[in-house]
Amino acid sequence: MAKNCHNDYKMKFSVDEEFPDLSQHNNHMAKVLTKEIYGKLRGKSTPSGFTVDDVIQTGVDNPGHPFIMTVGCVAGDEESYEVFKDLLDPIISDRHGGYKPTDKHKTDLNFDNLKGGDDLDPNYVLSSRVRTGRSIKGFTLPPHNSRGERRAIEKLSIEALASLDGEFKGKYYPLVGMTDAEQEQLIADHFLFDKPVSPLLTCAGMARDWPDARGIWHNDNKTFLVWVNEEDHLRVISMQKGGNMKEVFRRFCVGLQKIEEIFKKHNHGFMWNEHLGYVLTCPSNLGTGLRGGVHVKLPKLSTHAKFEEILTRLRLQKRGTGGVDTASVGGVFDISNADRLGSSEVEQVQLVVDGVKLMVEMEKKLEKGESIDGMIPAQK
Amino acid sequence: MASSFSRALSCRRNLGILSLLGGSVTAGFLLHRQRVSAGAERRRYPASAEYPDLRKHNNCMASHLTPAIYTKLCDKSTPNGFTLDQAIQTGVDNPGHPFIKTVGMVAGDEESYKVFAELLDPVIKERHNGYDPQTMTHPTDLDAGKLQSGQFDERYVLSSRVRTGRSVRGLSLPPACTRAERREVERVVVDALSGLKDDLAGKYYSLTQMTEQEQQQLIDDHFLFDKPVSPLLTCAGMARDWPDARGIWHNNQKNFLIWINEEDHTRVISMEKGGNMKRVFERFCRGLQEVERLIQERGWEFMWSERLGYILSCPSNLGTGLRAGVHVKLPLLSKDPRFSKILSNLHLQKRGTGGVDTAAVGGVFDISNLDRLGQSEVQLVQTVVDGVNYLIECEKRLERGQDIKVPPPINQFK
Repeated sequence: MAKNCHNDYKMKFSVDEEFPDLSQHNNHMAKVLTKEIYGKLRGKSTPSGFTVDDVIQTGVDNPGHPFIMTVGCVAGDEESYEVFKDLLDPIISDRHGGYKPTDKHKTDLNFDNLKGGDDLDPNYVLSSRVRTGRSIKGFTLPPHNSRGERRAIEKLSIEALASLDGEFKGKYYPLVGMTDAEQEQLIADHFLFDKPVSPLLTCAGMARDWPDARGIWHNDNKTFLVWVNEEDHLRVISMQKGGNMKEVFRRFCVGLQKIEEIFKKHNHGFMWNEHLGYVLTCPSNLGTGLRGGVHVKLPKLSTHAKFEEILTRLRLQKRGTGGVDTASVGGVFDISNADRLGSSEVEQVQLVVDGVKLMVEMEKKLEKGESIDGMIPAQK
Repeated sequence: MASSFSRALSCRRNLGILSLLGGSVTAGFLLHRQRVSAGAERRRYPASAEYPDLRKHNNCMASHLTPAIYTKLCDKSTPNGFTLDQAIQTGVDNPGHPFIKTVGMVAGDEESYKVFAELLDPVIKERHNGYDPQTMTHPTDLDAGKLQSGQFDERYVLSSRVRTGRSVRGLSLPPACTRAERREVERVVVDALSGLKDDLAGKYYSLTQMTEQEQQQLIDDHFLFDKPVSPLLTCAGMARDWPDARGIWHNNQKNFLIWINEEDHTRVISMEKGGNMKRVFERFCRGLQEVERLIQERGWEFMWSERLGYILSCPSNLGTGLRAGVHVKLPLLSKDPRFSKILSNLHLQKRGTGGVDTAAVGGVFDISNLDRLGQSEVQLVQTVVDGVNYLIECEKRLERGQDIKVPPPINQFK
C-alpha cells in the first residue's frame, strides 16, 4: 500500500497545529527544522509512502544525547534523501563538516592504495576492525520496511552469501530458530547482535517484528561477518586480533566487492549515488558508512590534557570498548575515523592507521617520562 | 476522504472556522499532495509474505489472527488511514507476558473496531469471557445511589479507588493520533475541566510546562505518571512525541484526578484513603457525568456504542473501562492455598500495591474487578464491594482459627 492515507488525513490540520515542540531539543534535526521547511515537506511522501513526520519521529522522541549530538532523523527509503532534501541537506552539511548539496563523494575500495597498516604494535593494538553498511536497491529501509520486504532482503542476502567461497566460505544463522548452542557460541565470539534497546533506534521503528528475518552470517575463519536487517539492510564487518589493519582492510574490500557482484547479478545492487555515496538509514552513515578502528591501550595518553585535541586533529574519535555509548576499561580505547562523507574508504582507513601509529608512539614516549609536545600533529 | 470531512463537520467544533476550512482544506489537500515519481514503486508483497510469524506468541491477537483473516483485512484502513499492521504491531513485537495473556493489539480510532471487527470481535470475546459484540449489548449505569453497603472495615481496607477511561469522539486514539489531534484532546478536556465546581474544582498541570516544585508535589501525592516504558505500550506508538500535550488535572481536595493523553485520551480516577467505596464511587459517577456534560456543552462527546460501551485504545478496557479496587490487608488469607480460587470465583483479581506487574508488600494486596465489558459500572463495583467484604470475612475467620469456604462462582452477564 504505497498511498499514505494517514498523511492525507493529517493535512487537514495546520502547520502550527502539527509542528513538533522542539524547545528542549538538541539534535541536528531540531536545529534545522523550521515551520517553513515542515510546511513545505509535510504534504509530500516518497513513492513507498514515507513522510516527513516519519523521518523526524526519532528526533522528536529523543531530545538529546548526553555525549553526542545525534542526527535526530532517518531515511525510510532511497528516495527520502531526494524528496526531503530541504531538511536533509542542511542536516548532512552540519553533520558532515559543511558537505554541500553539490559536492561529490569519492568511493575507493582499492586496498592496495592503503600505505602501511601492517605494522601497528600488537603490544598496544589489541584488535582491528572495519565495518560499513549497505542498502539493497529496490527495498525500503529498516524504519519503514514491511515483513514481506524484510524477508525478501534476508532471502536475497542468504543466497548471495552462500555463494562465497575460499576465505569467505561461511554460514548463516537466522535469529529465528537459533539453537541455544549456536547462540552461546555467537555470544562467546562477540558476534551476536541484540534487539535494539536504544530509543534512538526503537522510536524510528527499526525493531519492529523482531527477530523476524534477522540473522548473522560469518565465515568459517570468523574474520568476516555480515549482520542482516539490524539497523541497515546489511552491516559488513572485517576484524581480527592484533594490529594488522592492512589485512583487515584487504579482506573488507575483497569481501564487499564479491558480495556486491552477486547482488548486482540478481538486479539488486547496492544503493549508491555520486553525491551521497552509499545510502544508509541514518544520515550519519552516508558516504563510506565506514568505521575503521582499533582497540588500543593508551592509559597515559588518554589522561593527557591534549588527548581530545590530538584526536580532533587526527580526525579520529574515541569510544569505550563496548562500542558507542560505553566507557573505556583499563585504559583501552576504541579509536576510529570520525568522518564518513566527503572522503574515501582508503582515505579514512589511512587516517586511522597513521593516527593510531602516532598515538602509540606518543604513549611510548609518555611511558619513558618524555614530553610529547613536539609530536602534536597539525589539523588533518 | 469524504467521510472524514463529514465527520469533522458533525463534530460541531467551531462552525465558523469549519465553514471556511471546508472548501480550502480540499483545495489545500489537492495542492499540497505531491508524489515524487523518482525511483521504483514500492514492491507489493502478497499477504502470505507479510503474515507475521506468531509461532512463539501467546496473546489474544496471535490466537485469532489466521492467515485468512490477515489476507482479508491487510489492505483495509480506517478513514484516518490506520491499518491492520499498525493495530497488531504491539502483539507481533511482544510475544507474551509471563503472568497474563495480553491482548496483543490496539485500536487507532473508533472506526478500527468496525473495520477490523473480524479480528477484534473474537479477541474481545476471548478477553471478556465470551461477550459477543455481534449479538450482545453493553449496559452503562453510573447511578451511584444503587450501590449497596459500600463502606469497608477500615482495619483491613487501607484505600479505595475507581478508575476508567474516556475517549473524545472525532479524534484518533493514542496509538495513531497526530500531534495536532493530541493537542486538541488536551485543549478540549482541560477547557471542560475548568468548568468543574465545588468539591470537584481543580487545576491542570501540563507535563511540558510543569515547574520543578509542581512536579515534586505531584510525585509526593503519587499522582505523576511517567513516560510509558512498557514495550506493550511503546510498540503501539503511545509514547510518541512525549511529553507534548500530556498532563494531569486534579481537584483541590486531591481525590479526583484525570490523566490526559497517557494510554487513553483521558483516564479518570476517584480515590481516597480508607474504606468508603460508596463515596469514592459517588464522586466518580458525579465527576464523570459533569465532565461529560461540560464537553457536550462545547460540541463534543465521548466515544460510546451500544455494542462495546466506552471505546478505548485497548480492547481489554472496553465496556466500562472500569477498575474498582482497594488496598486491603489479607496476610492470612493470601497464604491460604484456596486464595486464588476464591478470587477467581468472585471475579476479582489481585495485584501488588504498585499496580499491574508488581508484587504485594506486607500482605497488602490491590484487589479489583476482573471484568470490564458486559456488566455495568454499578454491577462491577457491587461485585468488588461484595467480594472484598467476603475476603475480609475470610481473613477474620482465619484470625479466629475458623475455617473458610470457597464461594460458588458468580454469574457472568447478569
